Formats: sequence, structure tokens, C-alpha cells
Amino acid sequence: MLLTILGGLDKDGRPEAVERINMVRGEILGIVGPTGSGKSTLIDDLEQFAQGDTSSRRKILIDGRPPEEAVRSDPRKKPVAQLSQNMHFLADMTVEEFLEMHAKSRGKGPEIVDRVVELANTLTGEPVRREHHLTMLSGGQSRALMTADIAAISDSPIVLIDEIENAGIKKQEALNLLAGEGKIVVVVTHDPMLALMTSRRIVMKNGGMVKVINTSDGEKGVFSDLLRVDRWLSTLREAIRQGEAVGAAL
Amino acid sequence: MRLAVVAGTPGSGKTSVLMHTARALQEAGLRPAVVKIDCLWTEDDQRFSRLDIPVRVGLSKDMCPDHFSIYNVDDMLDWATAEGADILLNETAGLCLRCAPYPDRALAICVIDVTTGPNTPLKVGPLLTTADVVVMTKGDLVSQAEREVFRERVLEANPRSRIIEANGLSGKGATELATMIRCGPEAEGEMLLRHNPPLSICTLCTGELRVAKAYHRGVLRHLDGFMEYQGE
Repeated sequence: MLLTILGGLDKDGRPEAVERINMVRGEILGIVGPTGSGKSTLIDDLEQFAQGDTSSRRKILIDGRPPEEAVRSDPRKKPVAQLSQNMHFLADMTVEEFLEMHAKSRGKGPEIVDRVVELANTLTGEPVRREHHLTMLSGGQSRALMTADIAAISDSPIVLIDEIENAGIKKQEALNLLAGEGKIVVVVTHDPMLALMTSRRIVMKNGGMVKVINTSDGEKGVFSDLLRVDRWLSTLREAIRQGEAVGAAL
Repeated sequence: MRLAVVAGTPGSGKTSVLMHTARALQEAGLRPAVVKIDCLWTEDDQRFSRLDIPVRVGLSKDMCPDHFSIYNVDDMLDWATAEGADILLNETAGLCLRCAPYPDRALAICVIDVTTGPNTPLKVGPLLTTADVVVMTKGDLVSQAEREVFRERVLEANPRSRIIEANGLSGKGATELATMIRCGPEAEGEMLLRHNPPLSICTLCTGELRVAKAYHRGVLRHLDGFMEYQGE
């Protein structure tokens, strides 16, 4: 699968500097830029396979062509899974009822519920159980459950992630779980670690794509340092959560 | 003349979705006109007038707003014709879930707010179950999974409906809805409602204020579901 973004217009109606971006399976692409620069709009364009009919006038192609109408409107045919910024559930039902309902909407059986709950529990320290009410879940539990739901139930070749770092979950594990094997992953992030896990990143400004930065070897070196810091922080966090004294320095 | 009837609960985003859709129709070279029905007060005509299209308001006052909509379909169509329009967008007041003011030769559009929770589609009744198009709004406020569950519930209530995920702020979904309206039926000949309005002709309908049971006459339904006629 080849996913293509054709540039449109920025907030002032001027053509975007980046005219075309192609993505292939197995690639993780980042979107960076300050608040209000148009990152979420770009994710929305990808999610709905914009055809010059959104405010940005961008076009999204699959294998060089606009997707069929049904691909845009029917979630069973839509090759996109999205993890959005909104991390609280509004539905008044249990984890089990909700997951069964979602599995049904994606043409899958109820047996997948166990798998989702199991995956969710690998991403968060606070246990998630089938009988929990969705509206009572913490931010970390909700985000872990949504991530697991996307990995197991939506299981789409294109995964869109909006700001995973505000979550209270194990972000690197989450990104690896979502990326799985041979998916196209697009992640909006301000997080240095996630940004450097991508192979390149689109820089947004004033609603437009202004440039693309390839992750250099130097940046990959920074990433391994960050990985050590992140693991150290996780150990400290867990020690504090378990009521232990904190000892080892980095 | 094509007629699109847009119904849905207050605050679900009917006006915002319709504003973007009217603009998309204009861009496609069509001439839409809007009639907004409300009960007591509305300022939606001012919002619509920014689009530079013919706008008219109907206030139902003491009449049921959906009955008022239905009763005035002929007048609305005549007005739109006189204004030189080729599409009439009729936005209803959107109060009762039981009335569905959809004629058969109109495109019936039900606007429904996703944040009201996935049980809502099961509660709505004819307003949703007899619609051609169900427009889901505010989907950006929930997760993809929750939107998909909501959508599944809409399809349980109305398996034939076409669902459009729209955003009243960004205009997402407006082009799709405009295309549906352009391809909708011509409003002509004798039109029939898709579903009968509620059958309750009682003393309350004619202005009785006293609450006690003894004062009520007409076709009445008890709490336990028993229906009877009280009167001469």
C-alpha cells in the first residue's frame, strides 16, 4: 500500500511548501509543530481521505488513486484506525459491553475482548477489567484500552495517533504495539522520544506543511540516550508507586 | 424543486451542518433556500443570512412545531419557488423524538449528537428510524471506537440509512450531504408522511391547565400502557 498526501493550502490560502508525501508500509511518520499549526487538521484529512473538500483542500490517495466512496464512509472498509486526543469515554457501559459492540461493528466476534483487555494491561500500571465502567476509567486506563482496542479490533493498515504522550501509559510499548508489522503509522507529537522513533517528520506552520525532516544518524544517537532516560524514569515512577525509596542514579 | 427536511434534537448541530451544506450546494451551482422552524424564538435566520440565500423563519407558537412544519410544507415550497430556489432546506425545531415530519418525496435527514452516548439511537424513534440520512455530529469529541459503536447502534435502529460523520465547526461531511440532497427526490404531487404523528387528541391539546386526572378527556394512555377514550 502506498499512502499519498497532496498538499493544499495553508490558513492564508497560500499553497503548501510540501506538495507531495508518499508513505509505504512499515513507515512511522511524525507530524510536529506548535499548537494551532494545523497538526490535527492534517490527521483529520488522512482519517477522512480528504479529496480537496476540506478546509485545507488537501487530497489523500491510496496507491496513487482517490479511494472509493465506500472506503470513506463505511468503517468496515476503512483502512484507518485513529487514536485521538480525547481520552475519556462518554459511553455509559462496561468495558466488556463496549468492546463486544465495537468488535461487532468491525465484523469481529466477542472472543477478541479478552485479548484487548490483556493488551491494555501491558500498557498501564492500573489494572483494566472487563466489568469496569468506561466512564470510571482514569486517563491512563482509557488510553491503554483505546490503544489495545485499535491494535486488536480496528487492526487497520493505516494508524493515526494524536498526542500519545499526554497519557500516563508506556508510550514506546504503545507505539510498537500500534505499529505492529508492516503498518503505516502517522503520529502527531511534541515528545522527543516519539518524534525520533519516526523515520521523518512533517513540520507544520500556519496550517501548512512547511518542510520534512529526515531523522539523521545524530538524532538516532540522541534517541538511544533518551531511551535510557525514559527507562530510568519509568523505574523511578514504579518505585514511588510501590512505596519504595528511590536509590540508583542514571 | 427538491426538498430536504432536517430534524434532530436541539443542540445537535442542525444549523451548523446545514450552513456548511448550503454553502457546498451554492458552490455546486445550485440555489438553496432555507426555512427554519422554531417554537418561540430563533436567531438562526441571521446565521443563514450570512450565506446570501433566501431565508425564512416560521414560529409555531401554540401549535406543535413538527405539526406546524408538516402543515406548512405547501406554503414553504411555494415561497421557495417564488424566490427562484431549486432546493428547499427545511430545518425543524427538533423537540419531540416521536414526531417525524418527513414527507415521502423529500430527503429525510436526522442529525444526532454522538456525545449523547451509544444508547441514544435506540431511544430516538421515528425521527431516526424513518430517515434516509443520519448525520452524526461532534464525533471529534469521542474516540474512534465510540464513534463506531454509535454508528452500529444507528444501523440497528435504521439499517437502510446512509450515515455521514459531520463536524459543524470544520464543515466535514457537508460535501457528502450536499451530494445526497442534489440526488434526492423531487417534491411533487401528493406527498405522504413516512410515519403518523402521535395519536393523542386530548383536553391538554386544547389548553387544559389543571393536572388532576378527573379533568382530562380524549384518547389517553396510562402509565401501565393501557390506552382508552374518555368522554361522551
